[in-house]
Amino acid sequence: MSTTDIAPTGAERVSRREPSAVLRMSEAEAAEIGGDPDDPGDDELVLLNMGPSHPSTHGVLRLMLELSGETVLRSKPVIGYLHTGMEKTGENLTYLQGGTNVTRMDYASPLFNELAFSLATEQLLGIEVPERATWIRMLMCELNRAASHLLFLATGGMELGAVSMMIYGWREREEVLRFFEKVSGLRMNHNYIRPGGVAADLPADWRSDVAELIELIEPRLDEYDTLLTGQPIWRERLQGVGIISAAEAVALGATGPLLRGAGMAWDLRRDEPYLFYDQVDFDVIVGIHGDCYDRYAIRLNEIRESLRIVAQIIDAMPSGDYRTQDKKVTPPPRARIDESMEALIHHFKIFTEGFKVPAGEVYAAVESPRGELGVYMVSDGSSVPYRLHVRAPSFVNLQTLPHLMQNGLIADGIAIIGSVDPIMGDVDR
Amino acid sequence: MAERYGAPVGGDRPSRGQAVIHPSPSQWFEVAAAARADGFDQLIDLTAVDYLTYGADRGLPEGVQPERFEVVASLMSHERRERLRMRVQVPADDPSIPTLFDLWPGAENLEREAYDMFGIVFEGHPDPSRILMPEDWSGHPLRKDYDSGGIPVQFKAASNVR
Repeated sequence: MSTTDIAPTGAERVSRREPSAVLRMSEAEAAEIGGDPDDPGDDELVLLNMGPSHPSTHGVLRLMLELSGETVLRSKPVIGYLHTGMEKTGENLTYLQGGTNVTRMDYASPLFNELAFSLATEQLLGIEVPERATWIRMLMCELNRAASHLLFLATGGMELGAVSMMIYGWREREEVLRFFEKVSGLRMNHNYIRPGGVAADLPADWRSDVAELIELIEPRLDEYDTLLTGQPIWRERLQGVGIISAAEAVALGATGPLLRGAGMAWDLRRDEPYLFYDQVDFDVIVGIHGDCYDRYAIRLNEIRESLRIVAQIIDAMPSGDYRTQDKKVTPPPRARIDESMEALIHHFKIFTEGFKVPAGEVYAAVESPRGELGVYMVSDGSSVPYRLHVRAPSFVNLQTLPHLMQNGLIADGIAIIGSVDPIMGDVDR
Repeated sequence: MAERYGAPVGGDRPSRGQAVIHPSPSQWFEVAAAARADGFDQLIDLTAVDYLTYGADRGLPEGVQPERFEVVASLMSHERRERLRMRVQVPADDPSIPTLFDLWPGAENLEREAYDMFGIVFEGHPDPSRILMPEDWSGHPLRKDYDSGGIPVQFKAASNVR
């Protein structure tokens, strides 16, 4: 079948809506009409499949593209290649085990998943978390934000040919992960933030570790500026590419750097303060043009803001408990188990049966590096969530992709995918 | 009884004080449109819950008929920094409600996910197809009567299993 058939049939299919950037076509239909793309006529449209294992599609993102020459007319992200039913799995794990599940969703910023999950659980339980635990959560999350944005710089740089940036970004991120390993025992997927507090107190010398991290990363951000920000090739590739307006971003549900890049100053840390974000001083970085360059600049500068918050946390950290002493959710200290039969039983019960959470439903949201990460949780009064839904920022942000890519070149598409920064574990769950 | 946009307001206790309204399926689009006009400019989240095996009291306000499925939409007003959650009861024998795509285009993928996972049909959706599961999949995995671990996999049936 000739590829010229695509335009009318495709247009027919979306005729109920205005001409769209989204290629609303099933894989089966695409396979049926996708002709031989090797030798298309000059005015013919070509359907092209990109991914899921294309090196610059961030893991397993697959795109169906409708091309005219090298220009993308319409496109559709095809997702689900990492879908393992984590929301279903979450219905079979206790609230204590749930952290190990959700932490694997957005694997570049695992602590935010744990935080949203814990906040939702705590709201259902109606318990307060000690101050120190909250400050520790903020410290770890801001470092995680820095690590996540460093990863964005590394992979985004690599995709556009700035290979040295890949090495640098990974180098600095590793230093942050080394600190995470010292605190939680793991580089990634920590299960560190848990309902009721955090899993362990910070190590004794954490202040000097964190101060060293700031000292190390801050001057290197200036090096990135030299390497990328002012560099003509980098600017050529990003400026004016993948533009979205604030109104479009809001309509499509976009949050995070994507929304701020379009000029909308919206950051849950400032606008709907959770933890103690109302007690620290930081700026919400906002773009003007809504292009890839703005999104890059926002992330780079958000690392600076995160480090600024971290520096304030070093001074603000109070002493005290790192988890709630509510016996309902916290197991007794190890030493008590040797002395008391009741403590042993209590310990055993919490880790086998789990603790019961009163019936109800809540939605808790945090500002993850990719946007609003929300957890909608329904409890039926048992020790496992009746329903665990994660509002994944990458999943919703991905909807903007066809709009960003429309009428651009395929090569710009690579820059655009990078600038949306989807984490496929978060998209597919 | 308290109402907002013509829909009953949910109890504080089950939702821990978060703002919730319970439109009926026939009201669903109108109520959403009223909320949209009132400044709720973003659809943050849309998902569903299957209450088939729910044992506890659901805490629905008076006059709301509980059904098996519930579609839950979270709205955000950036101007007022306010959130609102809409919960609609969707019966099991005809699990369909109107799409919110015309109000918030961002509903597209979220509704596709709810269809994929729960089999809820969104009338008027521009692309009513599966999104996470393969196109030829049968069944809706997040339904409570869909068992986990029931999927035939190659290595389970292999003869040389040790």
